[in-house]
Amino acid sequence: MMKGFVALEDGTVFEGKGLGVAGEREGEIVFNTSMTGYQEIMTDPSYKGQIVTMTYPLIGNYGVNAEDVESGGPKVEGFIAREFSKITSNFRAQDDLLSYLEKHNIIALEEVDTRALTKHIRAKGAMKAVISTVDHDKESLVAKARASQGIVGRDLVKEVTCGAPYAFDAPAGDPEPPCSGPSVVVMDFGVKMNILRMLKRAGCRVTVVPASTTSEDVLAMNPDGVLLSNGPGDPEGVPYAIQEIRKLIGTIPIFGICLGQQLLGLAYGGKTYKLKFGHRGANQPIKELATGKVYITSENHGFAVDLSSIQNEPMRATHVNLNDNTVEGLEHEVHPVFSVQFHPEASPGPHDSYGLFQKFKDMMEGFTKNKR
Amino acid sequence: MPKRTDIQSILLIGSGPIVIGQACEFDYSGSQACKALREEGYRVILVNSNPATIMTDPDMADRVYIEPLIPEALEEIIRIERPDTLLPTIGGQTGLNLATILFERGILEKYHVELIGADYKAIKKAEDREEFKAAMEKIDMDVPRSGLAYTIAEAKKVAGEVGFPLIIRPSYTLGGTGASVAYNIEEFEVLAQRGLESSMISEILIEESVIGWKEFELEVMRDRRDNVVIICSIENFDPMGIHTGDSITVAPAQTLTDREYQAMRDAAIRIIREIGVDTGGSNIQFGVNQDTGRMVVIEMNPRVSRSSALASKATGFPIAKIAAKLAIGYTLDEIPNDITQKTPASFEPTIDYCVVKIPRFAFEKFKGTDETLTVSMKSVGEAMSIGRTFKEALQKGLRSLEIGTFGIENRRLPGIEDPEFVRQKLAIPNNDRIFYIRHALRLGIGIDEIYGISGIDRWFLRNIEEIVEFERELEAHLKGSTGTSGPGEGLPDDLLRQAKRYGFSDRHLGDIAGWSEDAVRAWRTGQGVQSVFKLVDTCAAEFEAYTPYYYSTYESEDESRGSERKKIMILGGGPNRIGQGIEFDYCCVHAAFALKDLGYETIMVNSNPETVSTDYDTSDKLYFEPLTLENVLDIAEREKPDGVIVQFGGQTPLNLAVALKKAGVNIIGTTPENIDIAEDRDKFKSLLQKLALTQPENGIAVSFEEAKEVANTIGYPVVVRPSYVLGGRAMEIVYTEVDLESFMARAAEASPERPILIDKFLEDALEIDVDAVADGEGCVVAGIMEHIEEAGIHSGDSASVLPPYSLDDQVIERIKLHTYKLARELNVVGLMNIQYAVKNDVIYVLEVNPRASRTVPFVSKATGVQWAKVAAKLMAGMRLKDLGIEKEVEVGHVAVKESVFPFNKFYGVDTILGPEMKSTGEVMGIDASFGEAFWKAQLGAGQNLPSQGNVLLSVKNKDKRNVIFIAKKLSDLGFGILATRGTGKVLANNGIPVKVVNKVSEGRPHIADMIKNDEISLIINTPSGRNPKLDEVSIRASAVQYKIPYTTTISGAQAVVNAIESMKRGSLRVKALQDYYL
Repeated sequence: MMKGFVALEDGTVFEGKGLGVAGEREGEIVFNTSMTGYQEIMTDPSYKGQIVTMTYPLIGNYGVNAEDVESGGPKVEGFIAREFSKITSNFRAQDDLLSYLEKHNIIALEEVDTRALTKHIRAKGAMKAVISTVDHDKESLVAKARASQGIVGRDLVKEVTCGAPYAFDAPAGDPEPPCSGPSVVVMDFGVKMNILRMLKRAGCRVTVVPASTTSEDVLAMNPDGVLLSNGPGDPEGVPYAIQEIRKLIGTIPIFGICLGQQLLGLAYGGKTYKLKFGHRGANQPIKELATGKVYITSENHGFAVDLSSIQNEPMRATHVNLNDNTVEGLEHEVHPVFSVQFHPEASPGPHDSYGLFQKFKDMMEGFTKNKR
Repeated sequence: MPKRTDIQSILLIGSGPIVIGQACEFDYSGSQACKALREEGYRVILVNSNPATIMTDPDMADRVYIEPLIPEALEEIIRIERPDTLLPTIGGQTGLNLATILFERGILEKYHVELIGADYKAIKKAEDREEFKAAMEKIDMDVPRSGLAYTIAEAKKVAGEVGFPLIIRPSYTLGGTGASVAYNIEEFEVLAQRGLESSMISEILIEESVIGWKEFELEVMRDRRDNVVIICSIENFDPMGIHTGDSITVAPAQTLTDREYQAMRDAAIRIIREIGVDTGGSNIQFGVNQDTGRMVVIEMNPRVSRSSALASKATGFPIAKIAAKLAIGYTLDEIPNDITQKTPASFEPTIDYCVVKIPRFAFEKFKGTDETLTVSMKSVGEAMSIGRTFKEALQKGLRSLEIGTFGIENRRLPGIEDPEFVRQKLAIPNNDRIFYIRHALRLGIGIDEIYGISGIDRWFLRNIEEIVEFERELEAHLKGSTGTSGPGEGLPDDLLRQAKRYGFSDRHLGDIAGWSEDAVRAWRTGQGVQSVFKLVDTCAAEFEAYTPYYYSTYESEDESRGSERKKIMILGGGPNRIGQGIEFDYCCVHAAFALKDLGYETIMVNSNPETVSTDYDTSDKLYFEPLTLENVLDIAEREKPDGVIVQFGGQTPLNLAVALKKAGVNIIGTTPENIDIAEDRDKFKSLLQKLALTQPENGIAVSFEEAKEVANTIGYPVVVRPSYVLGGRAMEIVYTEVDLESFMARAAEASPERPILIDKFLEDALEIDVDAVADGEGCVVAGIMEHIEEAGIHSGDSASVLPPYSLDDQVIERIKLHTYKLARELNVVGLMNIQYAVKNDVIYVLEVNPRASRTVPFVSKATGVQWAKVAAKLMAGMRLKDLGIEKEVEVGHVAVKESVFPFNKFYGVDTILGPEMKSTGEVMGIDASFGEAFWKAQLGAGQNLPSQGNVLLSVKNKDKRNVIFIAKKLSDLGFGILATRGTGKVLANNGIPVKVVNKVSEGRPHIADMIKNDEISLIINTPSGRNPKLDEVSIRASAVQYKIPYTTTISGAQAVVNAIESMKRGSLRVKALQDYYL
């Protein structure tokens, strides 16, 4: 048996059993409460720089497949669960989870008291950590966790954004989308595949560009709208993107998702702050303020926009999280700009807010029509 | 949206007696609804015929009616109470059907009663199979191919179109009654006919079989703003083809990817919207093909259900309570989550453990029935368990069943060495299949083959294989262990811990090593391997939980919270079974309430998800755990309670009493030693001698030889029974030596190594049941009940009357004095139940049980005193005089308890009553006189006594004289009298006009023909002896099938005649319980 540890910067160490590859990685320790969708979670680029603990204890039951991925491969720094399944049972499974993790060189731990770990994160906050199967010295591991760079202020986006612009084609099996729909440029801060799929499904033409693309280059593509994608880490770590977004606002419809919302908030002169342990799961209740309707959403964020810090712009909250009343959606009263902190593309999670992609499409079409 | 202010009062309908498919989960939901609605200031009117429920406690609703659940009674209640609204979704299928009828008959409209939660249209759309199918097709949902039929000819046509195998489902039945699977046309004709007969509207759905597909359920809730959330997903271990109530089920779903799960979630949301359940919860079942992923909608229940109770306990989200709040206008986001306090109910619970529910069966009570599990439910109870892994939860669940197994283990089943036999046991679903999987794996039959034979998902099988492989590893280390320090000498450290994490019990480890459970425990704790307790919190620890709802597991962190308060721990009754069910849960709940009143911290331990006791609201702390010594001691060691109550949960906790006491746990109330005196035949005999009380001549035997000798001394007939069993398990009246021999063999199986008790059977004696409370000195009789059936019928099956209707005052006084004496001598503190027989003015003591009995709730409802609460307070040290209870309650009305039987679920089983209990539930009829109360009790039990028509009389020789008077009366009341030859002759000789009819063996037209032709409206048929003739069995079975009221005893027949007389005198009157006690 390969012993494994996860050591936190506050000196706490949890012991488990290492699976697959041996090694050591640093990252921010976070937990996710989804009971399904581990493959989507580990391949979500927003988890770059993070070690993810699944609160649901039985992981890997249905294996992995080529469809349920949010990017080219796992992005997590480490993956922790109570028990990894020793069998795969699903008609779509192509591989088992452990081989997949091994193939992608991801360290995994099982037999960890993940509930205790989760409670610790809840009480003390998400923090710097080290996951290791090679160093069994607790003190040394804690020292490494303390010395690790953490995610605050760091640019993790550059590690997951695409290298060059590309047109996104509909995935196999999707109904042939009409090509006549609005054209969207997606600024890729670590975009989840399903955002692209949803845009396609709504009938949009989709071009994905690197996070460092300038506003001039974006506008030169003559899009009907810009989508600011999700992505990992601290929004303040990508000042170059904020600058470019500032130039785009007001000129073109913009839809921000997750990190995209935080970058918008910063671009409008506001501030963001770090949540104690964030929102990560598929059961987050969001209230749409205009209608009073509640949507169950998928979320994955550790930072949020402080709406009160946006003082000189008519920005209003459109959604709040009912668990802690944090702002989950923003809309500019003049500019064709809106954003959400949660993930309307779900994957994993409920499809309750799929409608937002249609809203974005309608906004683009209205804007283009008015312009003419 | 705020709550509605345009309504003031709400009518709730309960689900009636406990039957297979409808058990205490509806008391749980109904009680929650009552509390939730009263909290909001509404006037709540509650109707239920079942006195053993918490919801019928007079302090649960403003007006409580214990009346038969029939439209006539409901109309009368509506006429008197004028409720604004009726919430039809909390009383199971019974409540829903009744609401439907009230609507259809225009009664709701006449009295301006609005249906809230689900309106008539929605109920129809969900319940009517054709409408449901059309609705599903409208929203593009895939459903199994099917067609409806109203006649056999139509049925055959549909069968031709759909193709075999197919499922036949009668419309409007509960628990899938009458649903069956046909593999060929021959079988189909029989089953279709049966289905047509059992449907309320003679309608059956004939459906493409999706047998063997994976089965899933979602619990969905919707509010009036159209917010929809999923509370829980459930995956059935047993694939489609076995009723979900009979399946092992697991929460959450284990083998669905997020994509598939979300597709199911989307479907559920569309379905609840299309059906139009405005507010509240629904249960939706899906079938999924494991090779293609094709998902079909099976059915929807537009109400709370057994699964919603399970989902509530599994997640901590109280579905019924929230459903009630939604029905009066709140939206989900306006209702706080009790557990986290800070977050709203508008979210989807997420859990960080695995929940397993395992059904409990009672086939041993119904010899001769087909034990194959099918789409029609047959289990009588269930246990739920919680673990961090499926393996742990499964093993905890198996020992929660209390069937003498402590995990995936040997179980001494037949044929386990024979691979062919084992394969057969895997192929044909049965209640031991889970254990045969173990044996198959041990025989080297692989997962793929087992999957191929059984359709059970490989994921589940692999987990069981891991347990089996681990057991082998343990065996290698432990078997024949000769260690001196403990059984595990030589066992690697982490292996012991791993065993516990896999859910292995100390008992199982001991069995492997050849050591006692105690020794394993001592050694294990010495190694520092101890369980910890984790919280059920709806949110996987994302938020702090304020509700102490725990389960045990083996992890690093313990979350139980100590406290300095005085604490009392109450041990519940575990899964429902025949003889131990809701009545004991009622007592446990009352104990919790009473002790809370006295300022104690109350701790409940139970494993039954259907109950009110496992509502986290009932006690201060809830431990959802198996009621085994190991698990109870773990809790006791953590909590260090000041006292533990074992006398309220039935036999389950009593069986632990001695061992708990030995381990230093303080058992409060009557001491285990005194309980033992009452159970131990010799000690009890000398006790009675000391008190100069009489008991039937008796003796004790361990072997057949001894038994033979005793029986010969006493003289036949004798009553024989094993000691330490409940519900008269394996108890019989024996008339001959041959019968005695076969009995001894069976008894050894039910209660091995325990002696057999042999009593003289007192033929034709009256049987009396007494419940009393005592404080160690004083004693007050709570109620004296006279059985309607004579001695020899199990007290749980007999109808009984309070107050006694044929005993004279002097005998009653003597019974009271006997009771006081016994209470004093046994130092009873708390409840005591005594069974007496009275024959020729001699009072015999049959049995004394110094504990809560099945009749406590009935007596409480009949007398207006909550005796279980009184008893709990006495056990906590109070005196009768402190409670102001110093003399018996005199009632000015009559209450009749009638039992309800599951014979309609067990085709071909004889319906005669005997000393072994067979009823699943009870109803109460309460009114001014015996006749009226008995009539109501019959109505409540589903026996529609006729006011005209033909009565069939067929009685054994001994009863022939007594039947004359009954026949005369019936004839005078205008009934036509039919009789079999022997009985007919006696009646004719006595001048009663009678028509003799053929027995089945005597040529046609015979009795069975007449029953089918609806020519008989009442049957009085007493069995001719220990081995009833085939003819009689078929008469009684047809009576059940065609719902013709019947009685199998002369005394029962007399009561029936009495009731018919009352019935003919006037119409049904109803009265709230509150008005009886004034």
